[in-house]
Amino acid sequence: MFYREAGDFKTSYVDDSQTFPIKFDRWRYYAVLAVAFGVVPFLINDYWANAVFVPFLIYSIAAIGLNILVGYCGQVSLGTGGFMAVGAYACYKLMTAFPEVSILIHVLLAGGITAGVGVLFGLPSLRIKGFYLAVATLAAQFFLVWLFNKVPWFYNYSASGQISAPERTILGHAVTGAQTTAQAKYLFCLVILFGLAWLARNLTRGTVGRKWMAIRDMDIAAEIIGVNPLTTKLSAFAISSFYIGIAGALFFSVYLGAVEVGEAFGIQKSFLILFMVIIGGLGSIFGSFAGAAFLVLLPVLLKNILVGQLGWATDLAAHIELMIVGALIVIFLIAEPHGMAQLWRLAKEKLRLWPFPH
Amino acid sequence: MKKTLTAIALALAVATPAMAELNVPNLSYRTGAYAANGIPYADGFNDYFTLLNERDGGIGGEKVAVPECETAYNTEKGVECYEATKGDGALVYNPLSTGITYQLIPKVTADGITLYTPGYGRTSAANGKVFANVFNYPANYWDGASIIIKDILSQNGDNIQGKKIALVYHNSAYGKEPIRTLQELAKKHGFEFVEVPVDHPGQEQKSQWLQIRRDKPDYVIMYGWGVMNAVAIQEAVNIKYPMDHFYGIWWSGSENDVLPAGDGANGYKMISFHGTGGDYPVYADLKQYVYDAGKAAGDGSNPGNVLYSRGMYAAMTISEAIRKAQELAGTSAVNPAQVRDGFEALNLTEERLTELGLPGFAQPISASCADHGGPGTAMIFQWDAAAKKWNQASDWIAADTDVIDPLVAEDSAAFASENNIAERCN
Repeated sequence: MFYREAGDFKTSYVDDSQTFPIKFDRWRYYAVLAVAFGVVPFLINDYWANAVFVPFLIYSIAAIGLNILVGYCGQVSLGTGGFMAVGAYACYKLMTAFPEVSILIHVLLAGGITAGVGVLFGLPSLRIKGFYLAVATLAAQFFLVWLFNKVPWFYNYSASGQISAPERTILGHAVTGAQTTAQAKYLFCLVILFGLAWLARNLTRGTVGRKWMAIRDMDIAAEIIGVNPLTTKLSAFAISSFYIGIAGALFFSVYLGAVEVGEAFGIQKSFLILFMVIIGGLGSIFGSFAGAAFLVLLPVLLKNILVGQLGWATDLAAHIELMIVGALIVIFLIAEPHGMAQLWRLAKEKLRLWPFPH
Repeated sequence: MKKTLTAIALALAVATPAMAELNVPNLSYRTGAYAANGIPYADGFNDYFTLLNERDGGIGGEKVAVPECETAYNTEKGVECYEATKGDGALVYNPLSTGITYQLIPKVTADGITLYTPGYGRTSAANGKVFANVFNYPANYWDGASIIIKDILSQNGDNIQGKKIALVYHNSAYGKEPIRTLQELAKKHGFEFVEVPVDHPGQEQKSQWLQIRRDKPDYVIMYGWGVMNAVAIQEAVNIKYPMDHFYGIWWSGSENDVLPAGDGANGYKMISFHGTGGDYPVYADLKQYVYDAGKAAGDGSNPGNVLYSRGMYAAMTISEAIRKAQELAGTSAVNPAQVRDGFEALNLTEERLTELGLPGFAQPISASCADHGGPGTAMIFQWDAAAKKWNQASDWIAADTDVIDPLVAEDSAAFASENNIAERCN
């Protein structure tokens, strides 16, 4: 009914292998893009930008990054918070050392630096797998946070160890610092997310992605058919860290404007992003968005309903909120262990056949 | 369908609280690792405004609304709370978190709202020439460090040459603040300074206290918060560290911190920039208009304790600044810009404190365009475990301005140059 394939004929391989082969899907995708770029910027205010959209966009970037590593390449990582910290501190050092260079370049360079660090901590993945690798990346998390707390050079010797983002502009519009408008913040993050998501989607369905998935599914078989585990695993670490580094740089410079490494990039952050990936759906770009939306937007929504509308005490609401989110995570994973992306896939399958199931 | 929609719209309209003229949001935390300290502070803050509303009908005839927003001491939630509340015409923010303060300094400056951070936040905000919208009187972290050293000096006949002093601190922006000051003071007075960081949230401190047991510092200073305080005091008891040589900054000296250690905590010292206890005349009014009327915030178990008094102190200063703003602006419905001017012109005298039912509770403050830092004085209190109360152990002690002022000037100058801020007040 909704997803009609009848009459939707493909006459070339290019048509057949596009990301959204069904016309309705494709139009829906264009509609989402049109709303995101053409409608939201005109309606957005400070609250919607800072509390809802900007964190959602940034966490989506981080979730896509981690999904590449965990979902597509099967390398479990608990070091996400640490890698985000690398991105944030790299961005800070670049911003203060080269104030005349565009912030966009700094953000991309911060991603590049994080990619390098990610490769370094990815090296053990050649010898160890699964839980053991999770522990090795956990070490990265603790080491990096300790490093940024310990060495004053990283925070330019400030008295408190906080880093704060000075104002930087693109085409005359501030995108970091206090004078930034909601529109500028939102669009800057949206453009980066759009580019990165598009890149990730195309990487994962090409040679690189197939190699990752081969390693994930069975590394020995993959090696026998000619996939080089060294380059494959390290490329997954590099690209994943690149995304996470960019997310960290944006998190610091655009979203918060000042961070303290232990509080902003602690182990909690690693877990949060891993949960996003697991709940959203391993090995799915859409799943990364869904997971980020679930864990960023749901608590804000619940808070607004419980405190704003029902007028409950703030502490009671905060505790109930934790319980509701926790219960929903458990229910989700019992009902659909493959995450929200799989639910969405099943819904689409059913709608394509509806009202005539087999 | 249309009926239902109308009903929903009506329900939403009714559920939204009526707009009060004076809006002072309370970014509190009653959950998380720091809740034990966040709750009494928030209760004191709310109760004082409730008293003003119930007894005086607000400030200058305008009721005060104190919408509460839960931050859990988390900077992301703090930003969310700030954005959620500022649209309703918020006049002043007091987030009780150094991390959130750092987030908000640029935002309030851009939005023209006042940020009031008594005894915490960015220390160099004491320099009003650079930080136009931030106020941290009556005292800051650096004053605190200097006052503790002064007390140690007075215990030792003004000579602590060669003594060893350790700083046990929360390994975050807050805990790191006094390090620079203590290094300078170590140079000046010739003591040896040892840093002992404790990571968030601070439940695990065995190795730090082993280090202290091995190093045997003559004095230990603590900059802790939340669960870290109680654990540190218990660990100090465990290694039999002499409690009267153990000093806490004002955030490390509440009943919550010392009670778990029982008799072992007897003699523990802390400094405070206000009085504590329930003996002030204002408590009679609080009892009549707030507690007995069933309007008390929280579970009502906190009145009179240290952090409750501090929440009340913050609320009292904010209300006095708003009163000053009303006087200056000639209207009772003041806007955020006028309240900022009120903060800058605040002149809180001893007579006024007595009028408010808080004689001797705090030091007089007279702020100016350049001085947002206040007198920088505090008292030492010592814990009496048997009586379960804090005893005043010193008179007001002033910080060593020779050391602090250059540090404030240096740090604020760095901030000004990073952010292209031109100095005011010249």
